[in-house]
Amino acid sequence: MSTLTTTRTEPTGARALAKRLSLHLDTLPTAAAVAIFIGMIVYGEAAYGRIVQFNTLSNLLINNAHLIILAVGLTFVILTGGIDLSVGAVIAFSSVAGVMLMNAGWNPWLAVLLMVLIGTAFGAASGVLVQHFHVQPFIATLAMMFLGRGLASILSTVPERLADDSPVRSLGAQIKVYDGPKVNDVVLTPGVIIAAVVVVAAFFVLHRTRMGRTVYAIGGSEQSAALMGLPVAATKMWVYIISGTLSGLAAVVYTARLGSAQNITGIGWELDAIAATVIGGTLLTGGAGFVLGSVVGALVLGLMNVLITRDGGIPPEATTIITGGILLVFVLLQRAVLARRRE
Amino acid sequence: MSESLPIVEMAGISISFPGVKALDEVGLRLFPGEVHTLMGENGAGKSTLIKALTGVYRIDEGEIRISGEPRLLGGTADAQHAGISTVYQEVNLCSNLTIGENVMLGHEVRGAAGINWRATHRAAGETLEKLGLGHLNPKQALATLPLAVQQLVAISRSMVAQCKVLILDEPTSSLDANEVEQLFTVIRSLRDQGVAILFVSHFLDQVYAISDRLTVLRNGRFEGEYRTHELDRAQLISKMIGKDVDALKSLDAKGARRVRSDAAPLYSAKGIGRKGAIEEIDIDLHRGEVVGLAGLLGSGRTELARLIYGADRPDTGEVTMNDEKAEITSPAKALARRIAFSSENRRDEGIIRDLSVRENLILAVQARRGWARPLPRREQDAIVEKYVSALGVRPADPERPIRLLSGGNQQKVLLGRWLATEPDILILDEPTRGIDIGAKAEIQEYVAGLADDGLSVLFISSEIEEVVRQSDRIVVLKDHRKIAELEGGQGVSAESIVNVIAEDGLGDPSADTAVREEVTT
Ligand SMILES: Nc1ncnc2c1ncn2[C@@H]1O[C@H](COP(=O)(O)OP(=O)(O)OP(=O)(O)O)[C@@H](O)[C@H]1O
Ligand SMILES: [Mg+2]
Repeated sequence: MSTLTTTRTEPTGARALAKRLSLHLDTLPTAAAVAIFIGMIVYGEAAYGRIVQFNTLSNLLINNAHLIILAVGLTFVILTGGIDLSVGAVIAFSSVAGVMLMNAGWNPWLAVLLMVLIGTAFGAASGVLVQHFHVQPFIATLAMMFLGRGLASILSTVPERLADDSPVRSLGAQIKVYDGPKVNDVVLTPGVIIAAVVVVAAFFVLHRTRMGRTVYAIGGSEQSAALMGLPVAATKMWVYIISGTLSGLAAVVYTARLGSAQNITGIGWELDAIAATVIGGTLLTGGAGFVLGSVVGALVLGLMNVLITRDGGIPPEATTIITGGILLVFVLLQRAVLARRRE
Repeated sequence: MSESLPIVEMAGISISFPGVKALDEVGLRLFPGEVHTLMGENGAGKSTLIKALTGVYRIDEGEIRISGEPRLLGGTADAQHAGISTVYQEVNLCSNLTIGENVMLGHEVRGAAGINWRATHRAAGETLEKLGLGHLNPKQALATLPLAVQQLVAISRSMVAQCKVLILDEPTSSLDANEVEQLFTVIRSLRDQGVAILFVSHFLDQVYAISDRLTVLRNGRFEGEYRTHELDRAQLISKMIGKDVDALKSLDAKGARRVRSDAAPLYSAKGIGRKGAIEEIDIDLHRGEVVGLAGLLGSGRTELARLIYGADRPDTGEVTMNDEKAEITSPAKALARRIAFSSENRRDEGIIRDLSVRENLILAVQARRGWARPLPRREQDAIVEKYVSALGVRPADPERPIRLLSGGNQQKVLLGRWLATEPDILILDEPTRGIDIGAKAEIQEYVAGLADDGLSVLFISSEIEEVVRQSDRIVVLKDHRKIAELEGGQGVSAESIVNVIAEDGLGDPSADTAVREEVTT
């Protein structure tokens, strides 16, 4: 009700801006994430140099492609007001299983397909637990997390190496797009391209399809969405399936780049992905956020690691503290925005 | 209105919830081109019957025929496919989305590249226009709208799809006379196009103005189906409450005016205002006096109440209480000064759905004591017993989660929560919203009794008649400012207040539309 005004004049200048901002208050946290990202780049360039370079930025994308994919999946779930804690464990199980099957002589591409489908199956299981057995998303996906991690450890507890001549490694192979001076080239991997396609597709689904709008509506009020006649049950199933499937895909991208898989891979990645999503401006309570924000969030986390490595003086253990600090700032920012919106 | 075949026919419908038989062999027939009103007290089963029809609740027994065919619908989506649009009792919209999206959710216009937002917003604008909401910007956030306008948006939503049956469960509960008239125009035009309309309201005037046929429920049982002109008001009321109408006499009787003491006012505000909400205003509240706030939708009634309660911070002016300067800048400070505020927004600011009736009732008392000192169970029970019976909450089971109560009964509990704090000043914003006429009379009497005992009440309602009945003094608001202050008495009636509002600002041609514009800007 704060937008009630007593004047009837057309808004001008500052008022018009204020009005535009109040129309798009939801974008504020995401805009802040972009600002922080740019700020970090500028600071890094000034303090350590060699940040605004083709190869540094290319590597940032290559090294974080899997995190971007995970964050996109979590964005769907979190937008509905849910959570998916199983994504890191799914990566472990999916990648160990995939590599072992390839090494056992399976057709590598068939194994890759299976890796993705393992994710789908885990997502579907979470979805059924949440939707049909009314288990809290936190608990349901926590159970899936333990299950995934356990299965991965049953399969193997040592690193499983992907054969050097495995065609799957081509997904992690670097492609020089632009040949700059010395090593300063623009390089991509198929993994990065996959991540980009995932982001674009997710953006389309969320903003241009009825299913996507239902995701937002559920996050706003699940009860209202149901009474509006929206397919709430199906959509909630779908978001977990999407998140699971994308974890499977992230497992493929990560394994292809690293060339090996292990049962302890991906510990804590669910939290990185959640952090990326929240930093990118998605409300943990659901209903507001942007998939592009989550991409920026993932890049903020990646860049932070780069800067800490460059600095050399900051102990790596401090990384988590800094991540926590950034997260806190964003959560506070979101609270402020929520409070304004409620007015 | 020929006696054509019913498009919806429900027969022998029974639904039980744990501990209550909400519907017991109830029937309902809806005819094309007719407005059918469902009448009954709070908790009679009206909303349950509607949800049985649309499949939100599963029926235990009975049959539903749609266009002659036995059908069971599986929820709102199914109902929509069968041509039934429904607006449920509580405003069911998503406040995180825009107005246009809320109207169009599930009906977005799609093109080759997915949803075409431009066309979707245009369609939303056209639909809003039908209800006289053409001035709203579909791209604006829904949360910026006052509750009553949200209710209109919810109704617009039901008109997006072509429907054969339109169900409106208490659509008018927070609308003022103008909005109701606008809604009725739309309902009549749909009726003339052959749509069957099911309407629920506790306002008899509205019921008689719009309906062709009535079905009366009492305690979950079918009382009868009547042509509206066959049943006069007294008969209707006695069918609803199952006893004579004498009990309701007090509704019309104008209580003797209380004589205000000359003592200094309990609460006195000079020039309080807040930019964009309400212009600088003076208001005094005395002990033992009911002050009414009258004005149209968007005139600043709720905004003024929120300022007094400290829910919003005033930009200007000062407040004295008992001749001392008082800073009331937060609800906690207001509560400490024994000011209580019962909000109009029951769903978001009022009840806590999963807590029991008892927990909801004692909430404000407990908040004032501080959470470190829990209220002893014995005192809780005393409070609960007192207000459950004083307000007639049904079922009178304090341990039932409040979300399982009917809309009107939830409202009674909310009112009880603030009464239980035994405040000096009680601000009631739409306290009787959705409450049936019997209970309304009781509540009015109760509030009047409290005032007689020295409580100071600020009473807000979009039903001007009710304000007139209840108040000793009436402050009239328009365009976020005070335009008059009237002593209640023989000279003041709903009509005279409407005239005051209409005459204000004559000569300023833009003033008439100002209220509507302000809601949008
Ligand atoms: N989900 C539920 N679980 C248990 N009891 C319920 C549920 N919904 C409604 N009831 C009970 O069924 C009865 C009928 O409620 P209903 O909401 O249909 O009343 P109503 O006629 O719409 O009243 P109002 O005028 O207050 O809206 C009430 O006693 C209510 O407490
Ligand atoms: Mg009801």
